[in-house]
Amino acid sequence: MSTTLDTAEIAKFAAMADAWWDPKGAFAPLHRMNPVRLAFLRETIVAHFARPDAGRRPFEGLSLIDLGCGGGLVTEPMARLGAAVTGLDGAPESIAAASAHAAAMGLAIDYRQGTAEDLARTDARFDIVLALEIVEHVADIHAFCDAAQTLVAPGGLMIVSTINRTLAARALAITAAERILRWVPDGTHDYEKLVTPEELRGALHGLEVSGPFGLSFNPLSGQWKLGADTSMNYFMVGAKQSPSS
Amino acid sequence: MVTNPEVAARDADVIIAGGGMTGLTLALALAQAGLSVIAADAEVASAQAAPTYDGRSSAIAYASFRMWAALGLADALMPHAQRIEKILVTDGRVRGGASLLSLVFDRRELDDRAGGEALGYMLENRHIRATLAAAAAKQSALTLIAPVAVTGYAADAGGVTVTLADGRTLRAGLVVGAEGRRSTIRAAAGIRTTGWKYDQTAVVCTVAHQKPHDGVAHEYFLPSGPFAMLPLTQNRCNIVWTERPAIADALKKMSDADFMAELSARFGAHLGAVSLAGPRFAYPLSLQIAEKFIAPRMALIGDAAHGVHPIAGQGLNVGLRDVAALAESIVDAVRVGLDVGDGEALARYQRWRRFDTTSMALVMDVFNRVFSNDFPVLRQLRGRGMAVVDAIGPARRFFMREAAGGSGDLPKLLKGEALAA
Repeated sequence: MSTTLDTAEIAKFAAMADAWWDPKGAFAPLHRMNPVRLAFLRETIVAHFARPDAGRRPFEGLSLIDLGCGGGLVTEPMARLGAAVTGLDGAPESIAAASAHAAAMGLAIDYRQGTAEDLARTDARFDIVLALEIVEHVADIHAFCDAAQTLVAPGGLMIVSTINRTLAARALAITAAERILRWVPDGTHDYEKLVTPEELRGALHGLEVSGPFGLSFNPLSGQWKLGADTSMNYFMVGAKQSPSS
Repeated sequence: MVTNPEVAARDADVIIAGGGMTGLTLALALAQAGLSVIAADAEVASAQAAPTYDGRSSAIAYASFRMWAALGLADALMPHAQRIEKILVTDGRVRGGASLLSLVFDRRELDDRAGGEALGYMLENRHIRATLAAAAAKQSALTLIAPVAVTGYAADAGGVTVTLADGRTLRAGLVVGAEGRRSTIRAAAGIRTTGWKYDQTAVVCTVAHQKPHDGVAHEYFLPSGPFAMLPLTQNRCNIVWTERPAIADALKKMSDADFMAELSARFGAHLGAVSLAGPRFAYPLSLQIAEKFIAPRMALIGDAAHGVHPIAGQGLNVGLRDVAALAESIVDAVRVGLDVGDGEALARYQRWRRFDTTSMALVMDVFNRVFSNDFPVLRQLRGRGMAVVDAIGPARRFFMREAAGGSGDLPKLLKGEALAA
């Protein structure tokens, strides 16, 4: 086993495995955020691979891995959109919860417990590598990003999302979401582990990086939206050169 | 390979209980957006389109009509649609004539958002039903099951199992209750309703008259309740005559000649000789709102969610707004890979509709309560109120747009835009 798994972080999420698919449970904020971030994923992937933006399975023929897949909140939609999907997570409890849910939904998803580093040492490569809401939880962001980039096939795409290290993010993600609104259990995020867009750009040195693309929350309307505001949550997109270009 | 053989395969993405006007409009909207749909109804669609099944007509707001146009139904509906050019609302007294103060809604006062469109269209429900049934029969992604009622459903993590009266079960991602006020799906979800019955019954019939109505709708507020003359095609009007239940019962049962004599006292002489052009129907009035519009893998639309007082013809329009909002919520979720029946999508639908339907029902209720009495002081007050509203252009235009369904956060279908997954 390699080093980027933070065992305390894994234990924290393992204890919550049963709550992944409870829309009113500990992961309710991710369910709220999901339609907006999924819309970003569809748009970005369809554009990069020049797919027609129509129909229910635009990702047909593409392979995708969801790093830190948790209960499969993003993994399942990626499979429904037609990709051949692998879900990877360090917590066996999450993999068990995700596998059980996918089976109930009738979705074939290759769920594996393990680390990006171990998988990067094999010859497994994917057209799309997702690392959503994960870099703020790993022990060593550079080692993690190196492994994740290795997993991207030539011409492929890596999409990262995370919480920015700003006061606004701190107010929302840590103080409000954890302590006041009780959306997520206390201690889900440590402020010091949050990552800024520039730090992330540096860690994705092997890719042609675009972004950040903001994902912001309006506490009055209770709605997330995509836009220029990167002070809370943001995406970075990295493209790997194809061999011909 | 996407399916898991251990999981019961879905017969459709969505099962709709109820194949009436809102149910079939939703079925068409979802099927055209790329979803598979089953709609089950206790009555076959052709029976619902018979002249004896539903004598009502509906004032279709232009936003509602735009949705039907986006679904490709405009050509079939247009020959039966009477443009409403003007609505005259009058505080009236039987045989005493109308009071001088009245409220006029004129389409020419709508701003350019209406683009020269009518305030709305009057359409006989039977024509709407026949058009929807014909379109549904041609839609390959849509299966109609009739005459079989839906008797219940059970939701689980992987989907919903719907039970039919003939013992069959069907599997889907979402079930929609569109079977009207006595919704079986709503009862199966354990959702209660609040509301009350009015001491009023609407007598509805169609009359032919000698002179053209010029697209003018009249609504008289009489002490017993509103009396409306709504213009139809070919020199005909739909009459909605609200009375106390005992009087309404007598009106429904009396001879045609006696009925016409009573009617003439209210109808006035401006349209010339008047004759009955179809059977009389009676509909008791009540207001009913479900405490919730959604449950896991279940949504309510139309009268199953809210039955409003049918004063300004808003009932069907409110139901069609449900259709547009629910269809867009579902299609947007499916488009990004979420399951049909996704809880966030249903929550979005409920947020979108809950305020609108509650406020519309209550406005109509207050409207009716204020106007349905004969206290002179109140009469004077409401007369002044109408005059004030009439004098203030912007307020009146806003009310017109609201009545026509043209303002607020409109779902795409109500703007005439098609949906695609």
